[in-house]
Amino acid sequence: MEQIVLFSILNGLVFGMLLFMLSSGLTLIFGMMGVLNFAHASFYMLGAYFAYTLASRVGFWPALVLAPVLVGLLGALVERHGLRRVHRFGHVAELIFTFGVAIVIEELVQLVWGRPAKSYQVPAALDFPLFHLFGSAFPAYKAFMLLVSVAIFVFIFAILTRTRAGLIIQASLTHPGMVAMLGHNVPRVFMIVFGIGCALAAVAGVIAGPVLGTFPGMAQVLGSVVFVVVVVGGLGSLSGAFVASLLIGTLQTFAVALNVSVGNVLMAVGVPAAASAALHDVWKVTVAQVAPILPYLLLVLVLMIRPTGLFGTRET
Amino acid sequence: MRKLKNVLLLCLTLAMVTGLATQATPADPIKIAFVDPLSGPFAATGENGLNQFKYAAEAINKSGGMLGRQLEIVGFDNKVSPQESLIQLKKVIGDGIPFVFQGNSSGVAHAISDAVQKHNERNAGNRVLYLNYSAVDPALTNDKCHFWHFRFDAEADMKMAALTDVIAANKNIKKMYIIGQDYSFGKAVADGAVAMLGKKRPDVQIVGNELHPIGKVKDFSPYVQKIVASGADAVITGNWGADMVALAKAANDGGLKVPFYTYYAASDGVTAAIGAAGVDRIRLVHESHPGNPNAPKALSEYITGYRKLHPQNDVNQPRVHTALNMLALAVKKAGTVDVDKVAAALEGMEYTNLSGDQVIMRRQDHQLQMPIYISVHTNKNIQHDLDASGFGLSLESKVDRDKATQPTTCKMQRPS
Repeated sequence: MEQIVLFSILNGLVFGMLLFMLSSGLTLIFGMMGVLNFAHASFYMLGAYFAYTLASRVGFWPALVLAPVLVGLLGALVERHGLRRVHRFGHVAELIFTFGVAIVIEELVQLVWGRPAKSYQVPAALDFPLFHLFGSAFPAYKAFMLLVSVAIFVFIFAILTRTRAGLIIQASLTHPGMVAMLGHNVPRVFMIVFGIGCALAAVAGVIAGPVLGTFPGMAQVLGSVVFVVVVVGGLGSLSGAFVASLLIGTLQTFAVALNVSVGNVLMAVGVPAAASAALHDVWKVTVAQVAPILPYLLLVLVLMIRPTGLFGTRET
Repeated sequence: MRKLKNVLLLCLTLAMVTGLATQATPADPIKIAFVDPLSGPFAATGENGLNQFKYAAEAINKSGGMLGRQLEIVGFDNKVSPQESLIQLKKVIGDGIPFVFQGNSSGVAHAISDAVQKHNERNAGNRVLYLNYSAVDPALTNDKCHFWHFRFDAEADMKMAALTDVIAANKNIKKMYIIGQDYSFGKAVADGAVAMLGKKRPDVQIVGNELHPIGKVKDFSPYVQKIVASGADAVITGNWGADMVALAKAANDGGLKVPFYTYYAASDGVTAAIGAAGVDRIRLVHESHPGNPNAPKALSEYITGYRKLHPQNDVNQPRVHTALNMLALAVKKAGTVDVDKVAAALEGMEYTNLSGDQVIMRRQDHQLQMPIYISVHTNKNIQHDLDASGFGLSLESKVDRDKATQPTTCKMQRPS
């Protein structure tokens, strides 16, 4: 049991921090421009594919830096020449635009790299078990993933709260008009934030590609959960995204690890065992089976009880 | 005047006759529908299937086609969704295509099979034939069997019988873990494993029997932790596509070193993803010779030809060749594309497939009877690798057709 708890916490942390890297960019972009970027997970996928190609040419470590930079530049271009033009037609147009970008990126990825999953492997230097405990191994690469994501979290927080640039970004979030009056180029700030958000998603892609698989469906698989994270945490709130990421990460791993059925849970909350016959099909479903829908259940609960999200200030 | 009239009449008759003649000219191709995922998480699997159909059709076309007409494979994207499949099936019927191939996901297969049966019962003049090349839920040729469904892959229980024979012979296995996708096929694999292991090796303890949502799990590490914690000596899984890649990766990372007995842990990126970590550990049960070592000549040439066209993809479903060629033979025998006559011709048909095995379409339930092969993932002595990775499958054992056969509960109703 201790083994399952310990490894579930570790796996939950790794997955949660990965979600945070994706959701931090998404929530910043939303906070600033008021638009949910449907293409965000596509930039995560691009990060993985760029890194896969670069890693085979120049090695994993340069790819870890180069791929996010390239994706960040691409993101900035999309904002400068696409989103900014569409902006004047309102939020609906922006939403549809990002939706279109997501589809275009997925199709392009399939055109360039093909449909089968790519064999993007963990770099040899990190391909060893960090420690063995109770017979199972914790791979060094996962520790590295955790390290990178924590470093990025600290970095973003430091920039946003301790630097002048962060001051301007935070001010642009709430008072774009005033910031512009003070002589700052607000559209450029938007572009930079969009680019950095995409670059963060790409970092997540680079480090997650070898573990979660690099295939054209990877954006779809993770994309929806990232939206849940952002809404649960509160739209535009970075600390909310952080807490929600870890919450959903650990929630999912623990749900899988526990051998509890819906019947057990219902009994625990006082539903009489006699109901088991009537609810036979539901009764035998294990929590592990429904693990992937738990985040959405959480989403519904949060929207019902606290529509602003855990740390948000505005209604979603 | 009268003469002129006669001439005109003659011209008209001639025009009509030639008109009729051109209509009857077998110039237009016979269309064959391929309904499978061509987008989304399982697109890689569907796309490769479509290419194998086109490749097999080309060979048939080169040797004269069907009834002197060319075959044309038309792809329909069903996104592995039963609802979407029914919409696509409507399109297929609307386009007047008589033959429908589908294989990925037994969930989809049930939907299509039901819809085809209902459609055919109500529309005697416009029937379609459902040719199932991969969906292996046993129910399709048992309780749910009907005259217009034919299966060319070995159903899950035939494969499980072969797998459990191998497992039963391995005395090192004391604890078994079963994991699969949460739908009809995943459940069929789990039920088959529990029932057959219970019979052949009652001493083997089933330490885990788990179903996870299909195509929704991002990270399999928590599942791998559970397998490790259970102390299992071996794992059985029916996972396919992205779910198999992710499970194999998580098992490698989590230090899970036990053997895996699988249905689909090869090709479409899976072999490349497993790589060195799966050598001599991952076993696969399938309907064809794996191509190594000493592949039968016909199979070897077929694989080489396909690789030239698609350097990154594999012939992972040689049954596609079997299915299409048996259909062509049935059409030839029936002398028409009339669905009922073709179906009648397919019943009891014998055919020698690429592996050199004589297969037979059982009349009783429309399940193709064939030998079952079990092979192991390795990089030693590989002539035909998979995913262009240097790794491939090597033959370990073969279960003969008579031994692989399973009883059926099907009571076939034939249209009178």
